[in-house]
Amino acid sequence: MRKLTYGQAISEATVQCMLQDDRIFVAGEGVDDVNGTFGTTKEAFARFGAGRVIDMPNAENATAGFAIGAAAAGFRPLLVHIRADFMFLALDPLVNLAAKWRYTYGGDKGGVPVVTRGVVGRGWGQGATHSQSPHATFAHYPGLHVATPASPADAKGLLVQALTGDTPVVLIENRNLYSLTGEVPTEAVPIPFGVGRIARPGQDVTVVAASLMVHEAERAAEQLALRGISVEVVDVRSLRPLDDDIICSSVAKTGRLVVADTSWSRYGFAAEVAAVVAENVPQALLAPVRRITLPDSPAPVSQPLEEAYHPSADAIADACLAVCGEARGDLPGLVDVAAGFQGPF
Amino acid sequence: MEETLADYYRDEQEIRTPVHFSIGQEASAVGVCAATTPQDWVYTSHRSHAPYLAKGGDLDALVAELYGRQDGCAHGRGGSMHVIDQAAGFAGSAAILGEMIPVAVGTAWAFARNGEARVALTYFGDGATEEGVFAESLNFAAVHKTPVVFVCENNLYSACSPLSARQPAGTSITGRSEAAGVPSELVDGNDVFAVHAAAQRAVAHAREGHGPFLLELSTYRWRAHVGPDWDHDYGYRSKEEIDEWTAQCPIVRATAALRAEEPDIDAAVADWRTRFEREIHQSVDRAKALPFPSVDGLLDGAYLPLAR
Repeated sequence: MRKLTYGQAISEATVQCMLQDDRIFVAGEGVDDVNGTFGTTKEAFARFGAGRVIDMPNAENATAGFAIGAAAAGFRPLLVHIRADFMFLALDPLVNLAAKWRYTYGGDKGGVPVVTRGVVGRGWGQGATHSQSPHATFAHYPGLHVATPASPADAKGLLVQALTGDTPVVLIENRNLYSLTGEVPTEAVPIPFGVGRIARPGQDVTVVAASLMVHEAERAAEQLALRGISVEVVDVRSLRPLDDDIICSSVAKTGRLVVADTSWSRYGFAAEVAAVVAENVPQALLAPVRRITLPDSPAPVSQPLEEAYHPSADAIADACLAVCGEARGDLPGLVDVAAGFQGPF
Repeated sequence: MEETLADYYRDEQEIRTPVHFSIGQEASAVGVCAATTPQDWVYTSHRSHAPYLAKGGDLDALVAELYGRQDGCAHGRGGSMHVIDQAAGFAGSAAILGEMIPVAVGTAWAFARNGEARVALTYFGDGATEEGVFAESLNFAAVHKTPVVFVCENNLYSACSPLSARQPAGTSITGRSEAAGVPSELVDGNDVFAVHAAAQRAVAHAREGHGPFLLELSTYRWRAHVGPDWDHDYGYRSKEEIDEWTAQCPIVRATAALRAEEPDIDAAVADWRTRFEREIHQSVDRAKALPFPSVDGLLDGAYLPLAR
């Protein structure tokens, strides 16, 4: 199969879905500019123009409400936030209206299938408001689907599902994944929400991860394999719905659970996965659950603080060793995900 | 209708959903909605009943919703603040003050995009104009010339806070609208004929492709912010102030205005009153005879069944 980058996969999904469905339009701040949202909206703008790839005023709240009104009238909006932090300004329409629309109006009046893409992820010193990921925030509310594609194929398939389904969706993309290459189907094949995947099979410890952390877990697993520890990496793909079955059956097999996330532990994705295991397969656990997440502070900027702040493959490897009762010993450190990043943005 | 509902609400405690009555604001509901067609969509905030009925929304379905019945317009999921009647072009109401304002803009954009000569309208109160989304929505609508009519029912209070405590002296809602590039008109909101004439101009403006328009309708709610009470004992407004406004009752004024050319108007109004009182009692009786939703269906509608 031919290979694409994660960013190209998103672009291709957008264009193919827009070709198939006239009702789809893209809206967001700067979606038509020279950068085209890390290249993901560039081709759509080149093909469909300003009428269907709309540069919005800096009005995140009204933009989300606008998309809901367009969706209520039959359109399929794809909103894009080049920094997911701005989605907090759209919380009221997304949470109070879009998520609840179908239920609030009795379930048979139709929903408002607004799709929102939000970009997260560290670069250099992005600081408190550009180094956080709100995926768990949105996943908390019934009515939304929330996915965190980790591979190019999933970036395409989950976006296709979002643009062809009838439920409002939030897709959280980590900017560090855009250049990642992988096999991607040529056709616009949807990947259903709520079906996780085994990114790497293993026997001794399960790492449940989302988005970028899937790759960090794979790197940790590769290194631990040299020590004879077999790590199974579960990529949940979507946080809501969450594939409880794949998580529980993996933990039932390995007996050990590490959860890796790019957000905070408390009330977050890692807490949810731990609770799913505790509720369903508590007898399977041979060791306490470990969570590899952000420390309990906003993100700092200064380089050494920032390096210490972000969860890494090393931290995942350490957690896996700990739940297996093994010492780190002479395992070398792994290169950080942001290594090689060039500024300014 | 609402006077009778308020009585039931107070006396029976069976309407278990916060109701924001529009009593006193009938002219803005009737005058504006009468300038629309069923193909034009109306959204409102929490004070929803009067525009719902003025748009031709089904009375039985509204009352059944207030009583939490399965046959309610939102099957007992939405309540008074989330009513809908798509057939009538009443496209939905919501609880947060300004949140339906951009939704109407989006719907209006969709109508224009489809090449349809349809208009979207949104009712909101003076309080909603303090929320940022009001300014954001005016801005987008002006830039994109969307066929939307913003209908501000300025009843001088946001819950118990007077307008003077919330918006600076010397400013106006129409002034904010004009500054955003949206033409506007300030209208006596208790004069149904003036409201209707202005609404016809506003709707025509939008329908003919000239972009958004804002109507500020100066009016007053007689009862408390929420619930059936007369609240002049609460200390935030006086009995005298309420009396001044009840003297400006839109129905009384409309009747008086028609008396010269319609000699039988008083009899007609009396007949209507009898008829509508009968209808509302019947609707309440019917609603109370309906079944509640099944608890088995508690989650139904949160999601479509998942395709896997």
